[in-house]
Amino acid sequence: MEHIRTPKVENVRLVDRISSKKAALGTLYLTATHVIFVENAPDTRKETWILHSQISTIEKQATTATGCPLLIRCKNFQLLQLIIPQERDCHDVYISLIRLARPVKYEELYCFSFNPKLDREEREQGWMLIDLSEEYQRMGLPNNYWQLSDVNRDYRVCDSYPTELYVPRTATAHIIVGSSKFRSRRRFPVLSYYHKDNHVSICRSSQPLSGFSARCLEDEQMLQAIRKASPGSDFIYVVDTRPKLNAMANRAAGKGYENEDNYSNIKFQFIGIENIHVMRNSLQKMLEVCELKSPSMSDFLWGLENSGWLRHIKAIMDAGIFIAKAVSEEGASVLVHCSDGWDRTAQVCSVASLLLDPHYRTLKGFMVLIEKDWISFGHKFNHRYGNLDGDPKEISPVIDQFIECVWQLMEQFPCAFEFNERFLIHIQHHIYSCQFGNFLCNSQKERQELKIQERTYSLWAHLWKNRGDYLNPLFRDDPSQTQGTLHLPTTPCNFMYKFWSGMYNRFEKGLQPRQSVTDYLMAVKEETQQLEEELEALEERLEKIQKVQLNRTQVKSKQSEPSRHSGFSTSDNSTANTPQDYSGNMKSFPSRSPSQGDEDSALILTQDNLKSSDPDLSANSDQESGVEDLSCRSPSGGECVPSEDSGKDRDSDEAVFLTA
Amino acid sequence: MEFSELIRTGQAQAELLRGPEMPPLRGTLCVTGHHLLLSPGPQATPDLWLLLLRSVDSIEKRVAGDAGTITLRCKDLRVLQLDIEGVEATLDIARSIEALSSLESVITSFPFFYRPKGLRLGEAWHFHPPERYYKRIARETRAWRLSEANEDFSLCPSYPRAVIVPRAVDDDALARSARFRQGGRFPVLSYYHAPRGTVLLRSSQPLTGRQKLRCAEDEELLRAVLAEARPGARGFIVDTRSAQAAKQARMTGGGTEAKAAYPGWKRLHRPLERGRPLQESFVRLMEACGDPEQSMDRWLSRLDGCRWLSHVKEALSTACLAAQGMEWEGACILVHGAEGTDSTLLVTSLAQLILDPLSRTMAGFQELIEREWIQHEAPIFLLFLDCVWQLGRQFPLSLEFGEGMLLALFDHSYASPFGTFLCNSEKERCLCEVRTRTHSLWSGLNQPKEQRKLRNPLYVPNPLAIWPSVEPQSLRLWQGLFLRWTHPPEPSEVAWEKVWQIATDQKTEGSQPTDSASEPQP
Repeated sequence: MEHIRTPKVENVRLVDRISSKKAALGTLYLTATHVIFVENAPDTRKETWILHSQISTIEKQATTATGCPLLIRCKNFQLLQLIIPQERDCHDVYISLIRLARPVKYEELYCFSFNPKLDREEREQGWMLIDLSEEYQRMGLPNNYWQLSDVNRDYRVCDSYPTELYVPRTATAHIIVGSSKFRSRRRFPVLSYYHKDNHVSICRSSQPLSGFSARCLEDEQMLQAIRKASPGSDFIYVVDTRPKLNAMANRAAGKGYENEDNYSNIKFQFIGIENIHVMRNSLQKMLEVCELKSPSMSDFLWGLENSGWLRHIKAIMDAGIFIAKAVSEEGASVLVHCSDGWDRTAQVCSVASLLLDPHYRTLKGFMVLIEKDWISFGHKFNHRYGNLDGDPKEISPVIDQFIECVWQLMEQFPCAFEFNERFLIHIQHHIYSCQFGNFLCNSQKERQELKIQERTYSLWAHLWKNRGDYLNPLFRDDPSQTQGTLHLPTTPCNFMYKFWSGMYNRFEKGLQPRQSVTDYLMAVKEETQQLEEELEALEERLEKIQKVQLNRTQVKSKQSEPSRHSGFSTSDNSTANTPQDYSGNMKSFPSRSPSQGDEDSALILTQDNLKSSDPDLSANSDQESGVEDLSCRSPSGGECVPSEDSGKDRDSDEAVFLTA
Repeated sequence: MEFSELIRTGQAQAELLRGPEMPPLRGTLCVTGHHLLLSPGPQATPDLWLLLLRSVDSIEKRVAGDAGTITLRCKDLRVLQLDIEGVEATLDIARSIEALSSLESVITSFPFFYRPKGLRLGEAWHFHPPERYYKRIARETRAWRLSEANEDFSLCPSYPRAVIVPRAVDDDALARSARFRQGGRFPVLSYYHAPRGTVLLRSSQPLTGRQKLRCAEDEELLRAVLAEARPGARGFIVDTRSAQAAKQARMTGGGTEAKAAYPGWKRLHRPLERGRPLQESFVRLMEACGDPEQSMDRWLSRLDGCRWLSHVKEALSTACLAAQGMEWEGACILVHGAEGTDSTLLVTSLAQLILDPLSRTMAGFQELIEREWIQHEAPIFLLFLDCVWQLGRQFPLSLEFGEGMLLALFDHSYASPFGTFLCNSEKERCLCEVRTRTHSLWSGLNQPKEQRKLRNPLYVPNPLAIWPSVEPQSLRLWQGLFLRWTHPPEPSEVAWEKVWQIATDQKTEGSQPTDSASEPQP
């Protein structure tokens, strides 16, 4: 491929970030879609695959005696530190990656070459798995108050909205069009979620173009129509998810927020969620904390606090909780907007829906939720996640924050979600991977023009096919936990917001719990189920035999006893327990030869590698992609066994220690 | 002495407030010799609320009009409020609680009166922990012997009668070494690491003082430890004080092992917090967790200001260091601070949990606590429990006991109807006849009805060392403990129930591997 200056560099070292003494020697390959590092160690030949679309930044550091370091930061929070022997090679790799990581045409993205070897029919069925019309029906629509509107047919009114939209029956096309002209980017109020228990809705829009005094009769009528569509309540909430100051500043630009005097029976509420630029910087700061080497507890906690990240997560959650309460407890409909109504509005509407409706806490329901509130309503995936080379100021971790909110809820309500943490992590990964077509472009209109469904595959079908990996064994589909609204404690609970190391440090296995409760319980469940099936089969057989005996026929069963499955308990005991360096700076016990001291752990590690619980996504996907030259021999993941040369490093340190 | 003399009033009507997430209880309040009782009547749940008066740390009373309020601060940092009808009644109850909760005498404490149905006195007491442990290691090595030099507690009042020492060292030498160590705590074996043939020892600081005194027998003892491990074995002395603090200790008669006097041994300083600063850290954290005004903006820095998680990190790191020395280096490890009774025990017991699969079983853990925590000092024992919780979070399948067990130990270490945590030393315990006149906590906890709460249904014996991550990202605030009075525990309780359900569904199909190991032998 034209952009690859050098397809292969040998004797490259991949540095282990936690203990910088460990490094794996191997070969680096650049392909049209991936960066691949293959370790030389003959028994494992461990591979690390990075999709170009995952690359966030590439940093060439000052050359040292050992070579030229290249730092690759990924959007899925993987961090790769390579040391390339020759400066020239390093430069070639750097220049190639700079270009490969910034495609300029959609056609360059991986999903257009990704071929999971499904036939056309399977691909089409994959795209039909998640059907929003079905979802609106599930909510109980259309009904006496809400109807499907065709006003946006051919995207005539709003090009970032979908064509299928639900609006109050009393809102005529005239009202809708009038209202749309009074809203940023013509994103007029439409239904996002209908709570059929009490006929209350959550609607969404962009900000009104109210400036300091402008009014729009149709817009006022639109809000009135929304209120009338929930006859049980005599007012609606209008929630502006921006900080008040930001909203006021917008007035000077002819935008702004609803004046309570002009709209009858609305209660206006600001909920201060910061804008995309603040969030981008906040993530940046948090990732810097994650990258600290052996931070003290104070370094970490202060850094985390200063990043503001958890504060922002809480702000989004608070907004969602406010809306969920308004709907479920006050029985009041809510109109949510921010500026354009595609970032904070999407976050808040989906958090509120998740709190209100147990369906969204199921595997399929969660896919529907993302399809509805994010994909269909024109969340700008391409701009926010930098799929194509564009304005870096447009990039912001908006959906990452939503995904984290879900995780925070899962931590609080361990039995309320059908899916597990891995599901969230894999969705996050694929939002950036561009391996599937779902998250391409900035709107439904663009996706249609690009004929995404004919040319790419759907992630939802892929996840659904592998749903066994994503189930939460603790999920209880009984009323107490999963039906109805999730109730968060009334007392302020700052502690409930925790740092998500499973996401932001997910590639540093050493930092994660070494044994997985989820995997263990799933194995147990599976085992139990198999035993039950066997029991059933045996009972059936017994019945048959008895019948046969009744007929006085001799039966000689040659069928062997169904073998008892090997105990899951032993196989699940694979503890990836590589100790880290506990001696701090003193280097008190520099190991003579780490591989020797480590031998039993090492043994177990190989076992762990073979059945790695968190399959490295890139490696997995590539098995399907049919990239032939480097087929995966073993899924990467887990810690690597310390290599020979690292032992030498440690020895030199010991010398220092001994003389000290 | 009769308790009745201290009880000023029979009963009163009162309302009990137990915290933001708990409904208030109304009923008849009553003080007995050991308890404060509130009986809301047979229809209510619970129908009886009970508080051991020993757990009361401080009491405040206020009266207004014809009613009064008593605020009880408990040793476990719970705050309870009682609204009582009648001024006289309030004052009488307050005086009764004050008098009864401050009784010092061990033998009038509740464990000496507690006689629950279904338990027999003398059951499940580990009468001779060192003897039992010695039997275990004698199967592996001949290098160590059981010494009864401390039979009458004359060498060291805080050691048990029997201790495990190098075979090559005789009792006279032990006596001399004891005189050279603070409180007589000479180096004794804490754990024998069979896979590498190395040992973990503990002691108190040597009394080198300003004059830099030496003790030939003490030096001989440590030399013998290395010689018996294997020729050329190395040793590390993990001092839980900073180098500076250890040096300063010389001014008051203490000190550290001089390098030249103990060939083969190297000193490492890993300062660990203990005593008052640790208690303050604990109190600050409890306050922070219960503070409804605390905003998210400053929560993490406040958490950091409490220092508790830093202490957890330091304690775990030091234990890992000691364990790593044994497992990787094949080195012998001696741990001590000053008195050798607090952070020392924290390090030695955590190192064993990391290395020794047996100590991670229900029975093994109970033995470990009996053996190591002869004297419990509240905050450091809590720090130990927190560290164990962190291990359990990182290795959820490797401990046979669950969070419930750690919480139960926490509660019982403050105030308990059982005798296990009474007294500060073996000597006192013998004097008070604790083991024959009170019930052992283990007999209470090992009852079948407690198992669903205490046991970890996910437990799978893991023969390997469990190396935890001590990076800040891997350590968490122990919500189950620090937030249990302020945060509704239902979701996690439901989850625990579900875990049990799934795990036991399976186990009824197969064998029950955990049961045989569960009951400690008498």
